[in-house]
Amino acid sequence: MDGDVTPLGLAASLTLVALALGLSWRRGLRLERDLVIAAVRAVAQLVAVGYVLLVILAEDAPLVLAWCWVALMIAIAATTVGRRAPEVPGATKLAATAMAMSTAVALAIAFGLDVFPLESRVVVPVGGMIVGNALGGTVVAARRVVAELSDHRLDVEARLALGQTSAEAAQPFIRRALRTALIPQIESTKAVGLISLPGTMTGLILAGVRPVDAVLVQAAVMFLILGSVAINVVVVGLGLTREMFTDDHRLKRVQVVEV
Amino acid sequence: MPESPRSTAPDGPGVLFEFDRVAVTAGDRTILHDLDATVAESELTVLLGPSGAGKSTMLRLCNRFEIASSGTVRFRGDDVRTIDPLALRRRVGMVFQRPTMFEGTVADNLRIAEPTASDADIAAQLGRVALPAEMAHRDASVLSGGEAQRACLARTLLTRPDVLLLDEPTSALDPASTRQLEQTIAALVDDGMSVLWVTHQLDQVDRIDPARRIVLVDGRPATPHEIDHYLHAEPLDHDETTDHERTRRSDGDSTDGR
Repeated sequence: MDGDVTPLGLAASLTLVALALGLSWRRGLRLERDLVIAAVRAVAQLVAVGYVLLVILAEDAPLVLAWCWVALMIAIAATTVGRRAPEVPGATKLAATAMAMSTAVALAIAFGLDVFPLESRVVVPVGGMIVGNALGGTVVAARRVVAELSDHRLDVEARLALGQTSAEAAQPFIRRALRTALIPQIESTKAVGLISLPGTMTGLILAGVRPVDAVLVQAAVMFLILGSVAINVVVVGLGLTREMFTDDHRLKRVQVVEV
Repeated sequence: MPESPRSTAPDGPGVLFEFDRVAVTAGDRTILHDLDATVAESELTVLLGPSGAGKSTMLRLCNRFEIASSGTVRFRGDDVRTIDPLALRRRVGMVFQRPTMFEGTVADNLRIAEPTASDADIAAQLGRVALPAEMAHRDASVLSGGEAQRACLARTLLTRPDVLLLDEPTSALDPASTRQLEQTIAALVDDGMSVLWVTHQLDQVDRIDPARRIVLVDGRPATPHEIDHYLHAEPLDHDETTDHERTRRSDGDSTDGR
């Protein structure tokens, strides 16, 4: 499938960046430098990714390259979670575990049940969407779990003092944290099509696929994302419960920081 | 009388808790210094001392909410580290500074301590803390501070503990509720319950008239001189001052627990 945007077209679209620059300058927003850096970076990153994908998605390229790409995305996403949730003990490792598990389950269903054909050109974008969507939910889940347990330290200890295990004592607070992390995904699933055309569908329509066909692909992707975000959030919740308590059922002290 | 170092329980009651050269450090701060103390069975022991003296830490060592950095805490002769913490916490109940009611009714709260408790069990425990049986059906979030703290005590009693650890349980209560709770606990002690009560309110100590007092200053037992100063200074001060000043100054708010 050939893209319709020529280099000249891309250059033309940059006039909108120029417009943003002009507005920033006229209004004294001082965002000119950031705008230029963002635009240049985006082009550079996308071009680089485009060339890497050219290799990975080549007709004769082995499928294993696509799986390596997905693994790399998980590693980058997990590092991002670690950076965005610095107060969460073991955040990077936990996020990597959760994302690997949720992606594995989602892709096993996607390809094992023949929802999508097992080809590099499918593995890479579907894997990317799953990991990308899991990122936000993972950060929220991890930070909320730590904040809930720290904010309700007295309540947690009151439960532990009655002889509850750490898992029992943490349960009401973990539940609340996981709900907070999952609700945005559920809300955006509800609003899909009405106030937003999701990325997969937009891309397919732009690339000339019939909207009704695009909808089927989008729906399948959406369910994979919803399921994998749910798995991800639950794994983070369970994992963090273990991190936040000692083996003898004491709640550890964690410094909550604002990011 | 304060405990002298390495004292064993005198004639009469057996030893409930024994602190054997117990130190607790947090980072580079030492909270307890090689503390030796004993707490006897079936009586009321008060743990006294200025803010930051290590009282709460000493209490939390008893149910393994804290772990000694060195030394040994024994419960009825057994090192607490060798006792299953969940079992230990059901034998050693704790009531906190602020009432901690969970979601649901008072009965729901009590059943967190003992899921199989019958309505009669719950009514009986509410009776022990001078709350009416009808209270069981009330939403726990609408109780007054005094009612909630007594419901917390009832919830702890439902685990059938051998001893109650009280961490300034009246610090969030008004004077009338404070008196009621003191009387409730006095009645439990009369029935043979062992109680270790942390407080910094000297007037409260006078009212509850403990069988034994342990006075801590800066993470160690106070010297007779310090005790003398401490017991004759009132009301208590909570500022970070020297020991000497702490026992003499008198600008504290005696109802503030922190």
